[in-house]
Amino acid sequence: MKPYKSKDEDSHSPNQYPPYNSSVIRAPSKEPLIVPQTITETTGPQFDASVLREFDNDLTKNGIKTGDPIGERLIVSGRVLDEDGTPLSNTMVELWQANSTGRYIDSQDQHGAPLDPNFLGAGRTLTDKDGWYKFTTIRPGAYPWGNHPNAWRPQHIHFSVFGPNIMTRLVTQMYFEGDPLLAHDPIYKGPPDEARKRMVAKFSLDLTEEGFALGYRWDIILRGPNGTPFED
Amino acid sequence: MVLRLRIKMSSFKPTPSQTVGPFFSYGLAPEQYGYDFRELASGNVIRVSDAGEAITIVGRIFNGAGDLMKNAIVESWQADGDGKYSRTICEETFSGFGRFGTGTDEGNRYIIRTVKPGKVDEQQAPHIALTIFSRGLMHHVYTRLYFSDEVDSNDQDPLLKLILANRRDTLIAQRVQNDQDTIYEFDIHMQGEKETVFLEF
Repeated sequence: MKPYKSKDEDSHSPNQYPPYNSSVIRAPSKEPLIVPQTITETTGPQFDASVLREFDNDLTKNGIKTGDPIGERLIVSGRVLDEDGTPLSNTMVELWQANSTGRYIDSQDQHGAPLDPNFLGAGRTLTDKDGWYKFTTIRPGAYPWGNHPNAWRPQHIHFSVFGPNIMTRLVTQMYFEGDPLLAHDPIYKGPPDEARKRMVAKFSLDLTEEGFALGYRWDIILRGPNGTPFED
Repeated sequence: MVLRLRIKMSSFKPTPSQTVGPFFSYGLAPEQYGYDFRELASGNVIRVSDAGEAITIVGRIFNGAGDLMKNAIVESWQADGDGKYSRTICEETFSGFGRFGTGTDEGNRYIIRTVKPGKVDEQQAPHIALTIFSRGLMHHVYTRLYFSDEVDSNDQDPLLKLILANRRDTLIAQRVQNDQDTIYEFDIHMQGEKETVFLEF
């Protein structure tokens, strides 16, 4: 038996998804070759806490040059779990995002909205023993892109998660509940309808910090081991 | 009881993958791209103390029109020269994990300086796992790099044996020696006649 479950195709977009133009020429046209899981696949980079620095998980502080970044402060927090619901402790979570005006610090971003001299927009953290991560950040702005006429990306935060091995690797985007742009975004709409809702963070009064920032809850589920911890 | 447990299990479906997009540089490879943020990993996997043959992997990534993909990022995962995988990445030990974007080299190559991995078990030829992320890829793709000077091992490798002869070469990096370095060239083709064999497990 394979140590890990196969990729759940029902949870992901097809490789080639024509509404997202650049997938047509960039994604593989042939089916992948299914090969055995060996020690190469059942291992993967695991990070020691020594790779982290102060404020790596606080985007309101890690880009400060002259003062606080502009925008609505947010707490974004949740758990990293596998397909059995087992919390994944000590796993690396990276994130990056646009600033409050919808502009990335990336020099390739041509959007005319202003940069924020005090906002980098990137961070990382390790999950705790119960699989929890927590970031403090600024609500990212929506921004236009060239995919189709009057195309706008919904507010989103890019996430990169490692998990126990290279098969559990996930790069995804977190969205915000109620965003009217979700209905028009081909990247969000790539995965099947039932699956895409798992990318939407929910407002949480429990995570909201009084007098400081609204809280959003978003759990991340990674591909899991085969077999079940539950008895039928 | 049985019903309750099944409902519990079915509630943990995987989070969908989304594209890394075009603007990942300052988040995933900030030092390589010149941003003021410490990097988690880079194209320099090797350290002076690492045992094994020092090598450099270089390659380009082409889209279906034959154009260079200038904002892709490659992650590499490999064993050390003795065929052992790192358990935890910290400052002191060989990490086996590399990461390099195609946006800084003038030829838009990815460049990974590392050691040639040893055999990780009896059956498999020496290899490096590569994961590719890019704008246009809703889900990253996996492939493997094998070495052109490991002919006998490659002939016995269980994965390479699964591949038809006319596509097998897409997974073999070609050894090129210059004055300073041992270089392995490994171009990746996302589509077309030369499409790289991509893997799932």
